Amino acid sequence: MPQREGSPFTGLATVALKEAADHMTSARIHLVMLLVLLTAIGAVYAAIGQISQTVSEDQFLFLRLLTTAREPLPSFVAFLGFLLPLVAIALGFDAINGEYNRRTMSRILSQPIYRDALLTGKFLGCLLVIALCLLVLWLLVIGMGILLLGLPPSAEEILRGLAFLLASFVYAGVWLAVAMVFSTIFRSPATSALATLTVWLLFTIFWPMLSPLIAGAVVPLDPFDPMTAVHQVELQRAIARISPNTLFGEMTLAILNPETRSLGIVFANQLSQAVMGAPLPISQSLMLIWPQLACMIAALLVLFTGAYVSFQRQEIRA
Amino acid sequence: MNTVIETRNLVKRYGRLAAVDGLDLTVERGEVFGLLGPNGSGKTTTILLLLGLTEPTSGTVRVLGLDPLRNPLEVKRRVGYLPDQIGFYDNLTARENLLYTARLTGLSTVEANTRIAEALERVRLTHAGDRRVSTFSRGMRQRLGLAEVLIKRAEVAILDEPTSGLDPQSTQELLELIVELGREGITIVLSSHLLTMVQTICNRVALFNRGRIGLMGRVTDLTSDVLGGTHVVEVEAEGVDLRAALEGAPHITGVTEQRPGLWRVDADADARPEIARRVVTAGGLLRTMSIRHTTLDEVYVRFFEEDKIHAAA
Repeated sequence: MPQREGSPFTGLATVALKEAADHMTSARIHLVMLLVLLTAIGAVYAAIGQISQTVSEDQFLFLRLLTTAREPLPSFVAFLGFLLPLVAIALGFDAINGEYNRRTMSRILSQPIYRDALLTGKFLGCLLVIALCLLVLWLLVIGMGILLLGLPPSAEEILRGLAFLLASFVYAGVWLAVAMVFSTIFRSPATSALATLTVWLLFTIFWPMLSPLIAGAVVPLDPFDPMTAVHQVELQRAIARISPNTLFGEMTLAILNPETRSLGIVFANQLSQAVMGAPLPISQSLMLIWPQLACMIAALLVLFTGAYVSFQRQEIRA
Repeated sequence: MNTVIETRNLVKRYGRLAAVDGLDLTVERGEVFGLLGPNGSGKTTTILLLLGLTEPTSGTVRVLGLDPLRNPLEVKRRVGYLPDQIGFYDNLTARENLLYTARLTGLSTVEANTRIAEALERVRLTHAGDRRVSTFSRGMRQRLGLAEVLIKRAEVAILDEPTSGLDPQSTQELLELIVELGREGITIVLSSHLLTMVQTICNRVALFNRGRIGLMGRVTDLTSDVLGGTHVVEVEAEGVDLRAALEGAPHITGVTEQRPGLWRVDADADARPEIARRVVTAGGLLRTMSIRHTTLDEVYVRFFEEDKIHAAA
């Protein structure tokens, strides 16, 4: 195969900006973002009500804003874990097959750009939209906190908040990549949307039920061997961590609850002399989530590569 | 360098089906070249191969002396393409659609805007430039597609079924635009399954059949080669055997009896006076006589009918 000439990045910025602009003005994204904003504001408002009723002293009041749940509303973080995938799916499910259906694909690809630029540009454009939405959401929450609690956040809280922002961004990126893969595989946007939603439902609702079942079947409990219980729990965690939702949950737990010392099982002897409830410094919390973050980025890259390979091999004729 | 497009033994297979099967094609600069044939005869595949949008199974393609696989960006920068059933982003205006592709071509926004204004003027869409493309008719979309080719200042314009699905008036307008472009020195390759419609604007044509070029050449040459004449005279007469009466007459290349009393005479010039004289001399009653140019449809049908008979034998 002769090597092709010219940069694969020609036109990348044009495609990315056009995609971002399209999404910013599309009714679909307006609706989804409205949903996210309303739930987020509701959750934070409820959390503020809850926090202002507690009188005990707390070093990380601002982080509580994100993690405190007040019945019947879940916390802001739980909402994001649930809704971010939906935002990403709404952005990405018709990225490629939509171009075929509008019959714009051959016209765009007959311009002097490579296919790489189209796929990568679309991905970057959607990521840009997600980043903007998350940033706006984050600033809104902090602003509400300052206004309603009357306290400025500490430097460490800001840093942890930023780490949380990064984690949410990568999490949404993984779901965007899932949606892009399906949008290259299926020619009908309805099918790709349903397929992505199926994966999302599987990981959001069924995976937490499935992982103990599978672990129980693979490593049965032996009442005379206590280690089997440990193995089972470890296996169950390993299976659960295939789901990006689990990884996101663990990351937010470690970042937003500085007291978290471990994301696996901890034995009593490992806790000897530990000051229970003492917060970890942020560097240690980041060490704790590093594997999760690395896994998510890896998943994102693998999924994007999948979409890339499938798109490169596609016939352009509609 | 006068050869703009050259393919040698080009083959493209989808599984076992050969969509393009050993294609040798040469298009010279400034030509209006027609790829003609029914649907599914390999025209669109050929076009995609020329643009490097699909990879050939074997054979070589050279467009403007470049290999579209090795140098796709340069080829696509200099070649404009109007796809079959062209699509635009319906939520954007005509101008915005053009601006997007102009930016992809690498034009600055200022330069793009000047060229867009010019191009819209040329295709007579200035009044609709700020309307959403979703409100455009089929003919307007095709003209918008042509505007895109203009903005690119393409040296070669490849038009896939530019007139399909258009009403007669839009077709005429579009064909006029295409002829205008051709006069300006842009090499034009267009495909169509409506042979008669494009035979008037093409310098040369290639007739496709099942992935191969059956015939290639100037329209008049083809008609005289295959049918032996460029004119068809239909003669309605009584009391005469026209075949015998026209024996040895000049310009006459073939006589067929279509039904009793109605003959079709192929000729390479207007042979009506000679026919009339001979009918009368033979004692026949001449009722009607009409003449028209031979159409490519007739060439196609005749040529591939023979092909089929050969294949069956």
